Amino acid sequence: MASLRTTSRLIAASRPMFRPAFARTYATVEPTPSKQPKMKTFKVYRWNPDQPSEKPTMQSYELDLNKTGPMMLDALIRIKNELDPTLTFRRSCREGICGSCAMNIDGVNTLACLCRIPTETKAESRIYPLPHTYVVKDLVPDLTHFYKQYKSIKPYLQRDTPTEDGLEFRQSPEDRKKLDGLYECILCACCSTSCPSYWWNSEEYLGPAILLQSFRWLADSRDEKTLERKAALDNSMSVYRCHTILNCTRTCPKGLNPGRAIAEIKKMLAV
Amino acid sequence: MARLSGLQRDVLSLYRKCLREIRNKPEDARINFKKYARSEFQKHLAVNKKDFSAIEYLLRKGNRQLELYADPGIRNIR
Repeated sequence: MASLRTTSRLIAASRPMFRPAFARTYATVEPTPSKQPKMKTFKVYRWNPDQPSEKPTMQSYELDLNKTGPMMLDALIRIKNELDPTLTFRRSCREGICGSCAMNIDGVNTLACLCRIPTETKAESRIYPLPHTYVVKDLVPDLTHFYKQYKSIKPYLQRDTPTEDGLEFRQSPEDRKKLDGLYECILCACCSTSCPSYWWNSEEYLGPAILLQSFRWLADSRDEKTLERKAALDNSMSVYRCHTILNCTRTCPKGLNPGRAIAEIKKMLAV
Repeated sequence: MARLSGLQRDVLSLYRKCLREIRNKPEDARINFKKYARSEFQKHLAVNKKDFSAIEYLLRKGNRQLELYADPGIRNIR
């Protein structure tokens, strides 16, 4: 995974800022399994809310990689099925489109279903919930506040004037193009929880994921409340806590660029 | 009474918020709500007072529960 990540980042650096989504490879069948078992240790963060006085612990699980699918999510599902049914995590689509399985794997926020298991069997893999989130149980973070912030930016088309012919609100291909690299966001919260500014100011700072969505609606040619949207963002906390650390862009499992979207918002606010 | 720590005050204020919310419930159900709120607090009497992370977690959980049960649609509890 480490090598895969760095190459995809190198490619990204030479490409325009808005990379197409799905730049990353998807699950493929492993080469023919060899006879020798490839045992790998997974260390997983465990915490049970029913015993609040007990401290969180790291629990080790060993899996034979020959019998496990290629992705981290496959490993977690196998642990849950075969080793420890009490392990709790969110998952749904297993193909990087739902954003449920966002977690911190080997120090990087990513989707477990898009993260390959490092084939290196000597090194253990460490799996934590998203950093700086309240934990509901094991690998499940409490995203209530994140969703509340999303709601606060009014993420829907706001428009008073109907179209002349009473049909849909249409867009030119050029205007539609402006939304590429914005609409693909699945709100997995990987970027927001990787942002130090968001760690310290999550109450007021919106965070990269929400700001990317803010910009998605600011950039939409059909939306008529651009001024109101800008006015809502124009304060010292909502946007300007972004200090272009760019952890968001580095970590985004969909290959999007929230850092650039925030820069565009700042540009719009400055004009 | 000794001066309370911030966390102790938070717990007390949560309990008072609960009692205040109970006043918005139908009169004959109030006793049930009161019993329930008290039992929720009593469940965790054994928590060490220096176990801050556990108390903070229970406070968050309590506030979430309060928000849920404060809904006017909930008229009684067993």
